[in-house]
Amino acid sequence: MSWKYFELLALGAGVTAIISALAIAFGLAIAVPIAAASLARNRLLHRLGRSYISFFRGVPLLVQLMLIYYLLPGVGINLPSTVTAIVGLALCTAAYQAENLRGGFLNVAPGLIEAARMVGLGDRQILLRIRLPIAFRLVLPAIVNEAILILKSSSLVSVVGVSELTRMAQNLSTSTFKPLDMYAMAGLLYLLLNWCIAGGGLGLERALHWGRR
Amino acid sequence: MTLDLDLILHSIPAALRGAGITVMMWIGGGLVAFAIGFLVALARRYGGGWVRWGLAGPVEVLRGTPFLIQLFLLYYGGPFIGLRLEPYEAGFLGTAIYGAAYFSEIIRAGLEAVPRGHVEAATVLGLTRTQTVARILVPEMTLLILPSSINMMIILLKETAVLSIITVPELTLVVTAIGSAHFAFVEALLLLALIYWGIVEAASALGRGLEAGLARYRMV
Repeated sequence: MSWKYFELLALGAGVTAIISALAIAFGLAIAVPIAAASLARNRLLHRLGRSYISFFRGVPLLVQLMLIYYLLPGVGINLPSTVTAIVGLALCTAAYQAENLRGGFLNVAPGLIEAARMVGLGDRQILLRIRLPIAFRLVLPAIVNEAILILKSSSLVSVVGVSELTRMAQNLSTSTFKPLDMYAMAGLLYLLLNWCIAGGGLGLERALHWGRR
Repeated sequence: MTLDLDLILHSIPAALRGAGITVMMWIGGGLVAFAIGFLVALARRYGGGWVRWGLAGPVEVLRGTPFLIQLFLLYYGGPFIGLRLEPYEAGFLGTAIYGAAYFSEIIRAGLEAVPRGHVEAATVLGLTRTQTVARILVPEMTLLILPSSINMMIILLKETAVLSIITVPELTLVVTAIGSAHFAFVEALLLLALIYWGIVEAASALGRGLEAGLARYRMV
């Protein structure tokens, strides 16, 4: 296989990595209010949060991506396909991340919160300095896991015409007539990216280990 | 934007046929995946060193690459090594192999979670290894892996939508085809999302019921 093809595939892998990273970051940002809503005492908010999570976890990502791709222009929002893809991936991963965040938030040891209250911290301070940081540390492994899932799922974005790794491999296999080589190489690049995420996740977990008892 | 409700109503019969294919691919592929996963897990537990290593690699690769890439390799790459498959066959085989990798890990963890004491007790009582596996390990493991297996089956159900890309005429392909024929993508895709949502919710409820019903048999 010639070097030129590898270069193109690596370029696609770069696009895949950027799309996935942005989707995970935006997804986390969307997940926070959704997790908060699903934990809320207010009935309506709780319902809304749960419905969001149920819908985005209950519909295949491929269908969500196509729906967003056709729906947005229909309501007058015209975005480049790459942006649409990131929005779709972010909306989907937000549901999973919200579930993880909710679990992490509920698993913060009650003793820590009682201790904070005894020391005289207010509700706001307890939330910002005790609950959220500890919850984040608890859900970090789950977020890394989710990042790997999103990286793999991002291959579906090829369907809406984004030139990421899978699309690149598709184009190259039609032009070179060597699908076996191209898809195998693409698979290898996905594996490589996943190892990077897994390794980076472990490093981050260790770095955040300070002060842990 | 107005929704063409008539179109949605008229496409329901075709959608149901597509849903039938989806469910067949899902249940059939899932069962075969479970069976292969079970054998792989057993081989990795009782096999020799090279069996363990030989199986760990493929499982890692299958879990680390996108399902779509695996399907492309099988369907478009297969003919180059003499493996000519119809979309149905490639879809079914792809689902089974992909699912098998995940099920093998679930079952492996389940086998490891059965307390050593139970296995040792079986050995002391004079059960052979086959008997220990069939009468102690497998029944106890089945209940332990039930929640994650149900979860995996639901993931697999959603993954079958990807089969539409290699032209398996399942739910997604059928409904999006209706959408493009009538130039009503949004209606078709909304209908599609609702059908999947319904199937997934029903499957989850069924799984929860199964778990609750079998909970009393749990020994660990």
